[in-house]
Amino acid sequence: MPAAVAGPEIERLIQLLARLPGLGPRSARRAALFLIKKRELIMAPLAAAVQTALEKIEICGTCGNVDTQNPCTVCRDVNRDPSMIVAVADVADLWALERAHAVNARYHVLGGTLSPLDGVGPQDLTIDALVSRAHDPAVKEVILALNATVDGQTTAHYITDLLHGANVTVTRLAHGVPVGGELDYLDEGTLSAAIRQRTAI
Amino acid sequence: MQWTDEGIVLGVKRHGETSSILELMTREHGRHLGLVRGGAGRMLRPVLQAGNLVNAVWRARLDQHLGQFVIEGLNLRVGAMLTQSHAVYGVTHLAALCRLLPERDPHPAIVPMVEAILDHMSDVAIVGALTAQFELHLLTELGFGLELDCCALTGAREELIYVSPKSGRAVSRTAGEPWRDRLLRLPPFLTEEDAADPSMRDIADGFALTGYFLLRRVLEPRGAGFAEARDSFIATLIARAPTE
Repeated sequence: MPAAVAGPEIERLIQLLARLPGLGPRSARRAALFLIKKRELIMAPLAAAVQTALEKIEICGTCGNVDTQNPCTVCRDVNRDPSMIVAVADVADLWALERAHAVNARYHVLGGTLSPLDGVGPQDLTIDALVSRAHDPAVKEVILALNATVDGQTTAHYITDLLHGANVTVTRLAHGVPVGGELDYLDEGTLSAAIRQRTAI
Repeated sequence: MQWTDEGIVLGVKRHGETSSILELMTREHGRHLGLVRGGAGRMLRPVLQAGNLVNAVWRARLDQHLGQFVIEGLNLRVGAMLTQSHAVYGVTHLAALCRLLPERDPHPAIVPMVEAILDHMSDVAIVGALTAQFELHLLTELGFGLELDCCALTGAREELIYVSPKSGRAVSRTAGEPWRDRLLRLPPFLTEEDAADPSMRDIADGFALTGYFLLRRVLEPRGAGFAEARDSFIATLIARAPTE
């Protein structure tokens, strides 16, 4: 095992940076060196921003989004269509849809998908809260924007079954050829789904 | 160590940022796990979906190691099933059932049975019967097989229409009549090869029978229960069945 080349505080910083997604031990070392070199310009504001975010982060009591206020910015936005709820598995999916400006609706973060392999059951997700929100007379449509995986679609069908009693239209995202996708390189499952769900031009 | 085999994907867990740990039900090597480098990438994610048939090459330095899989898709049928509720519940349920088998213990009959079920997934009338038969066979594979060839009380081999919930043995119509309320119903399609096409009631009875023994003899001793997928699968099958 190589001897430590820096004090325990710096080694600890490198260890923690290495846990971030996209960073391994080498890139964490580079990032730590960069922070040390730019102590005043980057490191101090970054530390302050992390501390502030840590103190202020809240999970929205309505939709499960992450924000610094509760209800979150999305739920407070009066310009969003209150008749539509987009159900997503994770906050990352909510952010992806917002980046795409794909829909101007309210959201509901489930907190994952049903997965027997990982021991995730309905009680581990916020499905009950979604069903409760869907029973609001103002809600007319629930869009299930879940992954096109077996777990994602099992969750979608499970929620659809639970929403039978609610007076809402339940829709899901289309499955098929991605933008820029070449048919020759697509897997058979995607091609089969795309053919089944073809639309008239 | 190296072998090549075909297997059905049971599940996949992300490992790090680019790799996955794949769980396969193979023809000759039983339920087997292994690391798939690049398994979380765009190319392999559609292949590594539960229910797909793949060709797997497994390599490891020692037999006890997790090892690495090199995977090639053979029949990526699941993509076409995602819109059918009973199909996704069925795939999830079948994967959960296969997961009851011990790891790396060969069960050569399992993969052909699961393949048959997945191939008939669009035919609601057939898939229910095949799945109930699979659950019955799984009990045997796990060492808890039911004795359904003769009556536990009289030894008769005709008109076996009940099963004792205590012994797991068949009971004939006449011998079981006094206890009919306490006995489980044995539908003919579970025991007779040339039985008539089962009704939805027969299929529901079959699931009640196999579910009872799977729960009592396999799941409860492990402190587990059925995942929601089984109930949802049976409910959607019954809802989609043609009216008799």
